[in-house]
Amino acid sequence: MSVFSTVLARDLRLALRQSADSLTVVAFFAIATVLFPFGVGPEANILARIAGGVLWVTALLAALLSLDRVFTVDFEDGTLDQLILSGESLSLVVLAKVIAHWLTTGVPLIIMSPVLAVTLHLPAEGYAPLMLALLLGTPTVSLVGATGAALVLGTRRGGVLLSLLVLPLYIPVLIFGTAAVEAAVTGRSAGPMLMVLGGLMVLAASLSPWATAAALRQAVE
Amino acid sequence: MSCEINSTAPTLPLVARFRSAMVRRMSGDGFTSGRFSGEGLACRRGGRLVFAGLHFSVAPGGALVLRGPNGSGKTTLLRLMSGLTPSSSGHMAWDGTPVDDRDAHAARLRFVTHLDAVKPALTIMENLAFWMALWSGKVEDTVILKAMEALDLQRLSAFPARLLSAGQRHRLALARLMVAPAPLWLLDEPGNALDDASLTALAKMIADHRARGGMVVVASHGSAFVEGGMTLDVGAFSPKTPAHWSEEEE
Amino acid sequence: MHKFANPTQFMRIANAIFPWAAGLTVILFLVGLPIALVTSPADYQQGETVRIFYLHVPAAYMGVMVYAIIAVNSAAYLIWRHPMANLVARASAPVGAVFTALCLICGMLWGQPMWGTFWAWDARLTSTLIMFFIYLGYMALGDAFEDPERGDRAAAILALVGSINLPIIKFSVEWWNTLHQPSITSMQGFSVDGSMLTPLFLMMGAYTTFYISVLILRLRGELLAAKIRNARMSQVAISPAAQLAE
Repeated sequence: MSVFSTVLARDLRLALRQSADSLTVVAFFAIATVLFPFGVGPEANILARIAGGVLWVTALLAALLSLDRVFTVDFEDGTLDQLILSGESLSLVVLAKVIAHWLTTGVPLIIMSPVLAVTLHLPAEGYAPLMLALLLGTPTVSLVGATGAALVLGTRRGGVLLSLLVLPLYIPVLIFGTAAVEAAVTGRSAGPMLMVLGGLMVLAASLSPWATAAALRQAVE
Repeated sequence: MSCEINSTAPTLPLVARFRSAMVRRMSGDGFTSGRFSGEGLACRRGGRLVFAGLHFSVAPGGALVLRGPNGSGKTTLLRLMSGLTPSSSGHMAWDGTPVDDRDAHAARLRFVTHLDAVKPALTIMENLAFWMALWSGKVEDTVILKAMEALDLQRLSAFPARLLSAGQRHRLALARLMVAPAPLWLLDEPGNALDDASLTALAKMIADHRARGGMVVVASHGSAFVEGGMTLDVGAFSPKTPAHWSEEEE
Repeated sequence: MHKFANPTQFMRIANAIFPWAAGLTVILFLVGLPIALVTSPADYQQGETVRIFYLHVPAAYMGVMVYAIIAVNSAAYLIWRHPMANLVARASAPVGAVFTALCLICGMLWGQPMWGTFWAWDARLTSTLIMFFIYLGYMALGDAFEDPERGDRAAAILALVGSINLPIIKFSVEWWNTLHQPSITSMQGFSVDGSMLTPLFLMMGAYTTFYISVLILRLRGELLAAKIRNARMSQVAISPAAQLAE
């Protein structure tokens, strides 16, 4: 059994035992989305026009809320020291933790998104691109967010600071994620945007674990 | 109980299993390691020079007890020995070869810090199984059972760790030492929160480890559980004059 | 390179440069501002509004340059642990942020007559705004820790992460901009007449020497603050009161 699968299995098990945490994130996603009709009015055409963007922005915020605790608990109870001393590549441990985070928060968000899209009157052509875009975009969100979460370990206001650091870095994902939905709704192909999202994910997957590992090492120094 | 252990082994088919080529287990029941030593070590924390010119040496089967007043840098020295904290000068050697690969060095040590690294949502069994899987790549009930017995935790094995008292959690942290062998043990105040029976158990663990050729470095005020170890007064290496922010200056 | 790591050596050079940089700043502003704002010809399309560019373009340039300086110094700090590289990076950030803010303000003032609104989601203006946020994040992270060294290291890593992300953000925003607003006059792409180059370069020079002067002043302050902090630390370390810590 490798370090990767050991850490992944443990994090999944912990998330399962504390499944209320994941549910809270999904609930936040739902309530934040539901606020928009109250803000812009319930007219179906306006809601349909902004549905893709609203779902993406609220999904980003929901993921961000949960990212705050990816490393915090391990940092505070001393597990992080032991993981760094596991004798294996820390990037691999990071990747396992990020995948566990994505499986326990990103995936529930993707599953929830079509339900919320209904309330926003998203046109039928938009559903598949929305979910595909989230599928390709949320791993990037988890990867980049993990780097931010590692950087703010031990700060006084970790959560707020994390938003300030990470949200600007999410703009490319938001642009192409929303554009994919918009393209499909207006009768164009969402393919190119989805490919860009995939490219961003590959880039994030190759660079972010490395930066996160560096941030974790300096956090326990 | 055995089903508890089996379920710890991840069975995710999609997950690629990266396997380390590194051989981390020591052969047989003894360690074949050499001496662990440090020369001219200095460490700076928050701009302050904690200690400088520090040297130490531990032979196989040996023990080193770190002493010194609070703030003299015992914990810092242990973290430096573990490779978590880099030294600002000096170097450490393992069996004569410089310690420069942090991961390779980490694989031959176990570090019990003042934080117990216990997951409250997992049972004692699951906690130990996780560490065993992480360090040795496999989970064996008998080994975990032996570790729990060494610290008298076996009756509690199926309890979630959140129900444990501070002393019991610390015993669980110490039980980690038994699930996967490593030649060097770094222990930061291991006697804290322990009752007499557990102190005796700890003393026996340390004695057994040394008898197999293992090494122990302990930061402690009372050393009842280390017999015949050498003592290192970390406080003696504190800089006497106020240290300015750069030695090159002036 | 390594000899600059020594603060004493570094400051000796910096202090020698300072009077020249400060003097040059004053001269360049005294010469450049009247040319840029009064005597240079008005643009045939934009009229007098074009003068805002002489403040705006060098500010945009400085915002990017200073970020590059921060990124390079952060890398040097992380790799070689040069204390001076860290100080240069940390001391540069507020200056870079102010240049970026100046660029944004000038852009908005230019937008009012040209677009009829203070803010349009122009690609360059939007990218600059995002860079401003990244500056804010960098400074906030650096100051967020009890232990200043942790702030230094975390901020340095963030600076490098940001330097990889900034080009991606820039290209994304440009693509997004063409998608949504093809109609408005972009701030980019107007032809630069030869007569505009003189005031532009004068102002760029003035901004650069201004940055160097302020950086040296800030480094002096930082070094003094570090000395005071460490003197206090050593006192704490010696006094019995410190034994409560740990």
